Amino acid sequence: MSNKTVLILGARSDMAQALAYYYAKKGWNIQLAARNAGNMENIAQNIRIRYQVEATLLEFDAIDYFSHYDFYRGLPVKPDGVICAVGFLGEQKRAEQQFDETKKIMETNYLGPVSILNIVANDFEQRKGGFIVGISSVAGDRGRQSNYIYGSAKAAFSTYLSGLRNRLHAANVTVLTVKPGFVNTAMTKGMNLPKRLTAEPEEVARDIYNAQQSRKDVIYTKWFWSPIMSLIKNLPEKVFKKTKM
Amino acid sequence: MKLSGWGNYPKIDTRLVDFSSLETLSEQVSNSSELIPRGLGRSYGDSSLNRSMVVSTLCFNRILSFDEQTGEITCESGVTLEDILEIFVPRGWFIPVTPGTKFVTIGGMIASDVHGKNHHVNGSFSSCVESIVLMLANGQIVPCDRNNEAELFYSTFGGMGLTGIVLEATFRLKRIHTAFIREEVVKAKNLGTIMELFEQSKDWTYSVAWIDCLAKGSSLGRSILMLGEHAEANELPKSLASEEPLKGMDKKKLNVPVNFPNLALNTLSIKAFNFLYYRKEFKDRKQVFSNFDSFFYPLDSILNWNRIYGKRGFTQYQCVIPKENSEKGFQKILELISNSGQGSFLAVLKLFGKQDGILSFPQEGYTLALDFPITKKLFPLLNQLDEIVCENGGRLYLTKDVRMGKNVFDQSYGEKVEQFKQIKRRLDPQGRFQSEQSKRIGLT
Repeated sequence: MSNKTVLILGARSDMAQALAYYYAKKGWNIQLAARNAGNMENIAQNIRIRYQVEATLLEFDAIDYFSHYDFYRGLPVKPDGVICAVGFLGEQKRAEQQFDETKKIMETNYLGPVSILNIVANDFEQRKGGFIVGISSVAGDRGRQSNYIYGSAKAAFSTYLSGLRNRLHAANVTVLTVKPGFVNTAMTKGMNLPKRLTAEPEEVARDIYNAQQSRKDVIYTKWFWSPIMSLIKNLPEKVFKKTKM
Repeated sequence: MKLSGWGNYPKIDTRLVDFSSLETLSEQVSNSSELIPRGLGRSYGDSSLNRSMVVSTLCFNRILSFDEQTGEITCESGVTLEDILEIFVPRGWFIPVTPGTKFVTIGGMIASDVHGKNHHVNGSFSSCVESIVLMLANGQIVPCDRNNEAELFYSTFGGMGLTGIVLEATFRLKRIHTAFIREEVVKAKNLGTIMELFEQSKDWTYSVAWIDCLAKGSSLGRSILMLGEHAEANELPKSLASEEPLKGMDKKKLNVPVNFPNLALNTLSIKAFNFLYYRKEFKDRKQVFSNFDSFFYPLDSILNWNRIYGKRGFTQYQCVIPKENSEKGFQKILELISNSGQGSFLAVLKLFGKQDGILSFPQEGYTLALDFPITKKLFPLLNQLDEIVCENGGRLYLTKDVRMGKNVFDQSYGEKVEQFKQIKRRLDPQGRFQSEQSKRIGLT
């Protein structure tokens, strides 16, 4: 019985690594795509030895858009699923003043993922199967003063995934939008996150795997962000604009 | 945050940090005034405690290579023994030397130079380690083995994290054909008998005795000897032969979710436990087959069993006494404990073979380990035990110790103390790596 393969884009992040280990534990071969992929050999070895599956390192730059077609065509094995874990939080205050920070936030969180996922979608539609997981964020549910540039990019990404889900339904391709809240990773290091609300990457990986396997459409992780964001989304603008979140 | 060892005593306030890369760690180490590395924190006392900073190695847990022919494995120091067993027992490999719990990191096993039930045959963990890589106090990363930087290599085993942070280790696993242990269980009516039995059973790879240390008079030291060998496939009884021979560990575990109230383990209940335990084995000698998990790690199936001792916490007194003095030394020790009424819930006796190294604990002789709940009355009793150990040429296990004084340490480890201090001065001139224990016993 040959294993299925999952391609993880942005594989260096803590969340992506937790996902790689989780899928590997479940018997999937893993393709790890990131910049300077060669430096991740110890991660690949760890996966191979622990889980006895294949782990391949692939050079991938999310914002080098015109390399994406060759990247996908050049994959040694066509994946059965693709997880886009590419993301960049950036600094809101810096982005407000300097456009290069805004540009990086928009490109890494939206344009880059769209560029590669367009290609993946076309391939999966033709093959009539497979899954796509896009890691968005609760920040995309409503723009708030502390991170709306990042939030708006994630909002755009969520809308993109929603449309993709609609298009690909007929071709039996599932598209899962993942909206994490606070997660304990390098991205949020230094931020004083409330302990009870913060998930470990391993918990998020488990939630994502289970949701993807049961063909869910949208999940919040952890689960309680769903009611929290419902509340926040339903606040009238008159009230919301005065908050300091 | 509040940290403690496995005995929940003492609890101290400190900064616990981890590291995302070796570059970050190097900076943290060379910019700190004092720090100690920590794995799963299963040493009983203050060996992995430092009031300034404690560096957790748990995130550093990748397996880097494994040779399917020789069983040689290289991994980062935060890999746990539980991990190794979960992955490799089903593939027919076992760790040649294992302590009494699998919830330890490889780094911790090196720092304590752990021993198991087979020391008289296979020595301590250092005997199966080929090489290690450490980060020194100046942030430098140094590989070492028996031929390169040998002083660094030898002083790190039993060095309690004071020589540097172990980053990586290369060691050898041994082949097994089933996950079962063929066990023989033998009753012994007193201390003299159990020691005779140990001597007679030297052919067995694994041996350990459980002692009822409240027994008095002619029954002083009455115990049960457990002998074990890895079972071959054709030795398995019919009832087990149908199961997969290399089935891994059963993950079902009980948990002790909260501290038991302080009176839970008084002398009476300990007496009752010991009597029942002894009574359970009604024949003189019987053979059983057990899963490796319950043979090697009986307490691990109860997560947080240390909470049974309640909020006051507990300590383990583990000493070794050279063979020529073992019987008379342990006779005195068991008498003292039995008379004090400070019941020890768990008492374990093992045989040690020869040991080299610098601060590694084992000596050729017998080692006794006893748990005690922490009470005011306890410390004078342990001081008396120290005297008996010292006058018989023995010493205490740093990994279990939480109250030994500098004098007892210096006396019992003798010239090894100065030998270690000299090496430490060269490796860590500013004395960055320190623990609350190393300060207490005057090692740093």
